[in-house]
Amino acid sequence: MPEHDVLIIGAGLAGQRAALAAAQAGASVAIMSKVHPVRSHSVAAAGGINAAISVDDDWHSHAYDTVKGSDFLGDQDAIEVMCSEAPQEVLHLEHIGVTFHRNEKGEMDLRAFGGASMKRTAYVADITGQALLHVLYEQLMKHHETVARYEEWFTTSLLINDDGVCCGAIAREVRSGHLEAFTAKNVILACGGAGQAYKPTTNGLIVTGDGIAMAYRAGAPLMDMEMVQYHPTCLVETGILITEGARGEGAHLLNSGGERFMEKSAPNKMELASRDVVSRAEQIEINEGRGVGPNGAGIYLDVTVVPRRRTLEALREIVNLGRDFAGVDITREPIMIRPGQHYIMGGVKTDVDGRTPIDGLYAAGEVACVSVHGGNRLGANSLLDTLIFGRRSGEHAAARAASMGMPSVDANAGLRRDAAMIDAILARGKDGGGPTPPRRVSEIKSELGEMMNKQVAVFRDEQGLQSALETIGRLKEESERAWIDDHGAVFNQDVLGAIELSYMLDCAETTVVGAIERKESRGAQFRTDYPERNDEQWLKHIDISLSDDGPQISYSPVTITQWEPEERKY
Amino acid sequence: MAEVHKPPEKFTLRLRRYDPESGNAPYWDEHTVELEPHRSVLEAVLQAKDRFDGSIGIRCSCRQAICGSCGVRVNGEPALACHTHLDAAKAGAKEGVIEIEPMGNMPVLKDLIVDMDAVHWKKIQRVTPWLLAKQPVPEREYIVSKESMVDVTQTMACIQCGACVSDCLAMEVDPGFIGPAALAKAYRFVGDPRDAEPYERLNDLAQDPQGIFDCTHCFKCVQACPKDVNPMGQIMRLRRIATQDHHIVDQNNGERHEEAFATLIKNNGLLWEAELLPRSYGGNSWFGKFAPPAGKELLSSLPSIVKALLRRKVTPMGVFKPHKIPSQDLKAVQSIYDKIESRPERYELNLYIVGEDETGAPATASPEGSVSA
Repeated sequence: MPEHDVLIIGAGLAGQRAALAAAQAGASVAIMSKVHPVRSHSVAAAGGINAAISVDDDWHSHAYDTVKGSDFLGDQDAIEVMCSEAPQEVLHLEHIGVTFHRNEKGEMDLRAFGGASMKRTAYVADITGQALLHVLYEQLMKHHETVARYEEWFTTSLLINDDGVCCGAIAREVRSGHLEAFTAKNVILACGGAGQAYKPTTNGLIVTGDGIAMAYRAGAPLMDMEMVQYHPTCLVETGILITEGARGEGAHLLNSGGERFMEKSAPNKMELASRDVVSRAEQIEINEGRGVGPNGAGIYLDVTVVPRRRTLEALREIVNLGRDFAGVDITREPIMIRPGQHYIMGGVKTDVDGRTPIDGLYAAGEVACVSVHGGNRLGANSLLDTLIFGRRSGEHAAARAASMGMPSVDANAGLRRDAAMIDAILARGKDGGGPTPPRRVSEIKSELGEMMNKQVAVFRDEQGLQSALETIGRLKEESERAWIDDHGAVFNQDVLGAIELSYMLDCAETTVVGAIERKESRGAQFRTDYPERNDEQWLKHIDISLSDDGPQISYSPVTITQWEPEERKY
Repeated sequence: MAEVHKPPEKFTLRLRRYDPESGNAPYWDEHTVELEPHRSVLEAVLQAKDRFDGSIGIRCSCRQAICGSCGVRVNGEPALACHTHLDAAKAGAKEGVIEIEPMGNMPVLKDLIVDMDAVHWKKIQRVTPWLLAKQPVPEREYIVSKESMVDVTQTMACIQCGACVSDCLAMEVDPGFIGPAALAKAYRFVGDPRDAEPYERLNDLAQDPQGIFDCTHCFKCVQACPKDVNPMGQIMRLRRIATQDHHIVDQNNGERHEEAFATLIKNNGLLWEAELLPRSYGGNSWFGKFAPPAGKELLSSLPSIVKALLRRKVTPMGVFKPHKIPSQDLKAVQSIYDKIESRPERYELNLYIVGEDETGAPATASPEGSVSA
């Protein structure tokens, strides 16, 4: 049975950064991921990473922009930590090899991004996430003697002992089907968001809320799950992301009349208002009949106003995406986009060191909610979040490990439980009992995603949310009977899909419960039945914990250090 | 406009299946799916998986050609499934049935899933795949030219999908060849002005008989790459930097072989096959054949020489005389040499620096707009 000081689940940017930090602090480290680390969805982050590295910039300005972007729901102490440590972190990445774009003087170049009061986004063309992820993986290969890698291992549950302390995880080797218990002094969850609960989404097929659901089931509270970001520029058909960098470079948004409609809702920042504001403005244009394309379901993103050479050099990836996935040369004609599910601000509640309320359990990156993003995340703050809190979690977990022995836990009980769970899925038949005939996992997943994208999207109301909750209840029941085709051990993606579906349903349920609870409009949550922000009653976090009766709601205060809530204008 | 798409139609997929637990040999499995023709082969496979058979094994995640998971062969050609349109795949298919197989040069684990660790990642580790940073590390960023960072970003853009490894002809013959992906990764460091050990890297890769001189210039990796990384181009750049900038003479005779090759074509317009081997080993002139290493190499190559003669790939007369081409053609060839050799700096093609600001300029790479050191 493998034993480690620090076991990291998820090998995107947060996980890899945590692994390197913990190893450098002297801990014995294992990093585990259900896919090869470079396939992690951090790879798709395009636009860049924010840091006040310019001599004209000040991290306080970055912090204020982030607080304002969060619609004042972000915790200001955490935001101060993130923004003040950002320059050092980004320079560290540069030192280990990230090929950041340079200006004519050979210094790191910065581009404009939404919600930012100045240019502070460092970038590598529009493959910033890929460049960062691959460079961190280079470092993991370099440190192969101190960081054990478990690539293509799927985590089925966390190990919690009788004292309620987290001391490892159960995982299945995808390649062999072998189930193993990993004990550890600390576990860091770094396995991303839950975008696949929506359809379409910009997120990859692997982004299924595994960490959020496992922590929730282990008793950790989730925070602000209702805050789901819709990115303003996704391809209409597939939901594929077109980076905010396009607007950062100057691209316009146009309605069917050719108007730059952002003038109405953000006369100063225009297309570079925060994402929640831009997505809502687009949705209003579409809803009121000023959309473009078939059924008026889209908006034009006009990149032709950006100098062509600059587009080819700095936005190369979206030139390719436009050509290959929409048949459009974005340097010559506008491309049709619409808002699409992109990111969840909510997640497992943590402090600034990544600690969850469960001893020995940490979380960092999209899986976590520190909260630095509050009601709405600014573009290019997510990469920063993963690295800062990944590193802090890794350092803290290593220090904690140094001062303790290996906790005792009945790992075999966990192994038996998860083996039985998998056997039960394999044994499900096509004609099992229940109120309705059993369905395939894929059908249930598809229904969940389409429903969430309709009822729990940019605009929400009580009726839609209640019906969403009802649907989720039914799908949960059905998911427990859903059948699969594959009964093998080697790369049985079918059985993993069934487990992922259960993770997504937990995430979707807590999202809807939070959205019903928050009776106001703030950040990404817009309730048409409560269209105003209500600081008096709702300037607080909504925490959701799992009890025997299902999700239980409680509240926690928002930390305010120097910026009092004010009306948000862009 | 461009986004008005055709309605869904039926596509038949022929999937190469393999179940390692069954004890049976690989087999073909057919499914018919219904999708719009501009949708991807991945979407088609996933529809078959979702609707007909959940046991079809394929790695995939992002659906947008950035995670590098879904490398397969479509109608025999390596590709990302998510990056291949159904209509294009059907057009290139035999009898209209789209054939999807696992990638080549790597062991198959199940269905379309190959063991990338055993081949691809092992080779990546061969090239010391991390920055050996120049010391001292500056307090702020390293100050380096804009062009140099854009230049290495082309190889940074490699998504490690394995398509080039799948199709590498040299690797098919010599499985130990470090290969296109790993050597492109090597360029990412050699070309990075922040790296402290470009000479050591280059010397290592030049002296290794399965290193940079093992590539046979077949262009397969260039064609296979879905991200325009141009692996063979990077290998050629490694060679140029090794031989011209660092004057590395390799024990495999790669450097001398290239020089002999270029000289023979410059002098004769076409390759003079019989002269190539003696010059590569004995020195780059007609007298090369009299040098002892050339004699030794000629002797040990005798079986190949006899075979080539028997198969009429070379003629006995060819030993004494080069091929003849019209003099204006020879002049044309030589003028290419003159033009390239008269440049003050070497031109390197970089696909990240293309096109011009004014509209109407061609979108393809133009050498004039792609200068880099």
